[in-house]
Amino acid sequence: MFAPSTPMARRQARTLGGSPLLRWALIAVALVFLGVFLFVPLVAVFTFAFQKGSAGYLAAVSHPEARSAILLTLTAAGIAVPLNLVFGLAAAWLLSRFRFPGRALLLTLIDLPFSVSPVIAGLIFVLLFGRQGWLGPWLAEWDLHVIFAVPGIVLATVFITLPFVVREVLPVMQAQGSDEEEAALTLGAGGWRTFLRVTLPKVKWGVLYGVILCNARAMGEFGAVSVVSGHVRGVTTTLPLHAEILYNEYDFTGAFAVASLLTLLALVTLVLKKYVEWRSEAS
Amino acid sequence: MSVVVEQVTRRFSPGGSPAVSDVSFHAPTGAITSLLGPSGAGKSTLLRLIAGLEAPDAGRVHIDGVDCTRQPVQQRGVGVVFQSYALFRHMTVRENIAFGLEVRRLPRAETEARVDEMLRLVQLEALGHRYPGQLSGGQRQRVAFARALAIRPRVLLLDEPFGALDTRVREELREWLHALHSRTGLTTLLVTHDQEEALEISQHVVVMSEGRVAQAGAPEDIYNHPASPFVASFIGGASVLRGRVQAGKAEVGSLALDVPAAAREGEAVHAFVRPHDIKLARHEVSTPGPQPVTGRVARLKAVGGFVKVLLALPSGDEITVQVSRSEFDALGLTEGDAVRADVLSASVFVGDYAI
Repeated sequence: MFAPSTPMARRQARTLGGSPLLRWALIAVALVFLGVFLFVPLVAVFTFAFQKGSAGYLAAVSHPEARSAILLTLTAAGIAVPLNLVFGLAAAWLLSRFRFPGRALLLTLIDLPFSVSPVIAGLIFVLLFGRQGWLGPWLAEWDLHVIFAVPGIVLATVFITLPFVVREVLPVMQAQGSDEEEAALTLGAGGWRTFLRVTLPKVKWGVLYGVILCNARAMGEFGAVSVVSGHVRGVTTTLPLHAEILYNEYDFTGAFAVASLLTLLALVTLVLKKYVEWRSEAS
Repeated sequence: MSVVVEQVTRRFSPGGSPAVSDVSFHAPTGAITSLLGPSGAGKSTLLRLIAGLEAPDAGRVHIDGVDCTRQPVQQRGVGVVFQSYALFRHMTVRENIAFGLEVRRLPRAETEARVDEMLRLVQLEALGHRYPGQLSGGQRQRVAFARALAIRPRVLLLDEPFGALDTRVREELREWLHALHSRTGLTTLLVTHDQEEALEISQHVVVMSEGRVAQAGAPEDIYNHPASPFVASFIGGASVLRGRVQAGKAEVGSLALDVPAAAREGEAVHAFVRPHDIKLARHEVSTPGPQPVTGRVARLKAVGGFVKVLLALPSGDEITVQVSRSEFDALGLTEGDAVRADVLSASVFVGDYAI
């Protein structure tokens, strides 16, 4: 049985995979492409960052302005991620369990931060909270500063990263249905206990995946934050903005040292992402 | 702990046809009552209404004589087993069974003892620490039974519990459920589309069609005295013969059958004949008495110990006849043969109808 099937398998591989020459050509194209656009820049970031040795690197990342940028980035992400986690879970639960008028509109609105240019997103907040904006006079009356201040950066970050958790959790919830939740109800569990003991464990890998992506974007966001930031050094500059400022001042070593922190974040994110994918497939 | 359903209606979309329409029935205490019907008959919706997973648009549900129409599902004290098992996949078998007991804040020792008792009841003592994903379909469904029974429910509601299992396991579990019921004596409602399952293990059967109760009663009554053309055709795989009322008899082909007293002359008649209520003979053999139905063998299907003969009648009707293997061999039938068919018994309905 085995021997006659082998040539057939080979024939099948040829029809599906094309000739070996074509296969190798495609692999080579993919590798060159990845090398030029991913690997070389990655190496470049760390090469430039350590141009003045590890002392220069440490000086750049421990500079007070750099430290304040790190703190602000962590603050913005630290507020945006939990908010979007709660919103994402609630919205995914709502959208997967109920059919209601306006459901399609809500789904479209959730995708809005993905479809709108980040710069436009930033401008929306300027137009809302800026001095000439709708709420500007009212804010001025109470001496509240949103634009060119930390609240504006947090708002812009929340807006930009809003879809990540919903978009990851919704398909998982839809695929798993609500049978287990109904079983929990018949066993006497209330809504809250059912959510904590049954729903959340079912979707936990989807949630974690969404949180990782949400966090990566929150820390790396440039466009929207740049518009609302006002670039007050050491006050309203996040890590990406700080890297840009240093670069514009021809401090390449400093710019790349700061950039290398973001690159490390990206690498950690990738590893975590792979781990979560592996675990969610295993379970 | 009887279950009484009174004039219950459930509509999923306003203005649409109701999934359950003005349904009333009574599930007696300590019996297995089957809700039997084709898919889309509304039987699962009805079970969910009794469980409290759906709310009726009209009508009342009583459990143990108490109106619980507005009671939330958690307080109804019903054990539900779903077709999809609905086990908590991230919990072990023991944790699954203990879930309802933890909700009730039972002391730990008592919970453990009850879980052990349930594992013995469903004969899964050795598998308590497995996850649902590591069990076979039949084992999973037994865990689902154990989880539902652990909370000592007043009523057991089963929604096609064996629907996702293969035939052999299904028959095994049917036997097991029968034995379990004789031990616990729990009032049980079983939703099924499998008439064999319903007729075999229940003491009371409610046949449903298009959201309504078509007939309710003891299994033998429903089998022997179907109340409507639908029940007659749904139960027992009967074939239909069409004819007219002539001289107070139903003339079906060349056959004259008794008709209900109210029949008017010339009215349409449908006779439902079960596959084993027909006796075949070769056409040449002539016997005295009423003239038999004659037909031609259109197709032969050998199914294990018996043969299904599809007979094409001159009227255009087709009937299925079930013949034992030895009988079939004695007749020596082949496709295209002319045969006579003696109808031993039939259910006759007067008037037009559509299934």
